[in-house]
Amino acid sequence: MTVLRLALGLGFALGLVASGVAAADKTDPVTEAKAFQQFFVKKFPKVAFDDFVNGPYSMNEDMRRQWEDKEQFPPYEFALEAGKEMFGKPFKNGKTYADCFPNGGIGIRQTYPYFDDKEGKVITLELALNRCREANGEQPYSYVKDEMAALTVYMAYTSRGKRFEIKIPDDPRALDAYEKGKEYFYTRRGQLNFSCASCHVQSPGERIRAEILAPALGILNAMPIYRSEWSGMGTISRRFVTCNSQTRAVPVEPQSDEYRNLEYYLSYVSNGLPVSGPGARP
Amino acid sequence: MASSIRVRAVLNGDLAEVQTLIQHPMDTGLVKDAKGELIPAHYIQQLTFVHKDKTVFLADWGTAVSKDPYVKFAFKGAAKGDQLKVSWVDSKGGTDSLTATIQ
Amino acid sequence: MTASFGPLATRRLILKGAGLVALIGLGNAVLHATPVFAAANDDKYPEDAFRQKNVGDAIKALYGRDHEASDKIKLDAPEIAENGGVVPIALTTTLPNVTSIAFIVAENPSALAASYKITEGTVPAVANRLKMAKTSNVIALVESGGKLYSATKEVKVTVGGCGG
Repeated sequence: MTVLRLALGLGFALGLVASGVAAADKTDPVTEAKAFQQFFVKKFPKVAFDDFVNGPYSMNEDMRRQWEDKEQFPPYEFALEAGKEMFGKPFKNGKTYADCFPNGGIGIRQTYPYFDDKEGKVITLELALNRCREANGEQPYSYVKDEMAALTVYMAYTSRGKRFEIKIPDDPRALDAYEKGKEYFYTRRGQLNFSCASCHVQSPGERIRAEILAPALGILNAMPIYRSEWSGMGTISRRFVTCNSQTRAVPVEPQSDEYRNLEYYLSYVSNGLPVSGPGARP
Repeated sequence: MASSIRVRAVLNGDLAEVQTLIQHPMDTGLVKDAKGELIPAHYIQQLTFVHKDKTVFLADWGTAVSKDPYVKFAFKGAAKGDQLKVSWVDSKGGTDSLTATIQ
Repeated sequence: MTASFGPLATRRLILKGAGLVALIGLGNAVLHATPVFAAANDDKYPEDAFRQKNVGDAIKALYGRDHEASDKIKLDAPEIAENGGVVPIALTTTLPNVTSIAFIVAENPSALAASYKITEGTVPAVANRLKMAKTSNVIALVESGGKLYSATKEVKVTVGGCGG
């Protein structure tokens, strides 16, 4: 058993996917998440555990100072105000977003994504928001534009500090979604033949061209983010799409199975880390 | 319509520390839009802070000040509850102002 | 706008100059009686200075005089800008009687980025966020006691701030 766990741990460290070793036994996400977190903690002994949610800023002092300076009065301030206003505004039928979510949508971001056993699929926060709109007779928002970003900015903000608690119910379909997310993460693709792991597991803290790479651990905790590169806010969907494009891989549709499963996997293995969003990034 | 100006003015000892963030494109006139046409320059030129009829800080800005501009400064002689009037004028003649209370 | 009395009043009476009447009332007016300093002292937007392309012309248009390096100016800027569009730059100084602080980004299309008027009672310190087109020297200018001082720091930029 110990040998198997060691192999699983090494499997992640080397960014291998579906090595015969992993397939030989039933997936144990609890063990895998522990190994995943331990890998980063060991690789960066000077980084405080909670600091991993700060991405490149936990990896580079010069960048951290610039970020902390801007956090005094952050660039996402206006999106937050817009998001709060949008969230509180009733739909044409008189209902509000609060009616669609537990606790009126306040302080719940850390529970997304979750696996819906009725539908048999992963539901992300962005998907849930658009479903809320459609259920109340409104047009859905684009997953990659400002309105969806503003809504998730507000919902992340009300959940700041709460630790990720993503659940994988005892359901083979949920386990399968988690597995598929993991597989996507470790699979190489596109012209540059990079997997997500190539940058975020093998090279966090190092530079790819001008950017400092963030560790995969806690990488979604700061979402949505105001990116200097975009001069604006972006959702998880936007970032998945643009990251695929930037690594010269073909992006899939926002909120497609691949992206939702990927979000599920990445969120689950970051369980215990706090919501730091809305965030700012280069 | 909501003001473009956000102010945080806090008393720290005898110093009022003022931070301002303003929603403004600060277009340089050097960037092209999706159609390939230049977006004309549009930027805040002067920003003034007035406390008890005295200008305590005056900013002259060009196009090299970042979008959604930010500035921080501090001044003496204010008391908690005092008003601070912040106003700007931009290159197109646009204006906005906000009166904030020093905390 | 307060007037000061006593020994300074006699000096003010003696001083002549085109902009003198407009300058009375400013705390440090007596130190800036000569018209060539008026550009940095009145409230008019220094349009001409912002139009200048290079460092020398910008400083000439804004202040009209030479500057000397001073170690009493602390210029805070990153080694490598995270993004050239938003570079946090701050200045503090222990120089006395500061009336103006300006920031120049040497390699920008127009060198002068921002100029700040420091009135009496205002701390001679500013923090702002500037655009930098590429790796460049950032020159901070401080007008103190009628003289001009400077501090310079190179900031590396890999992603330009002008839309590139």
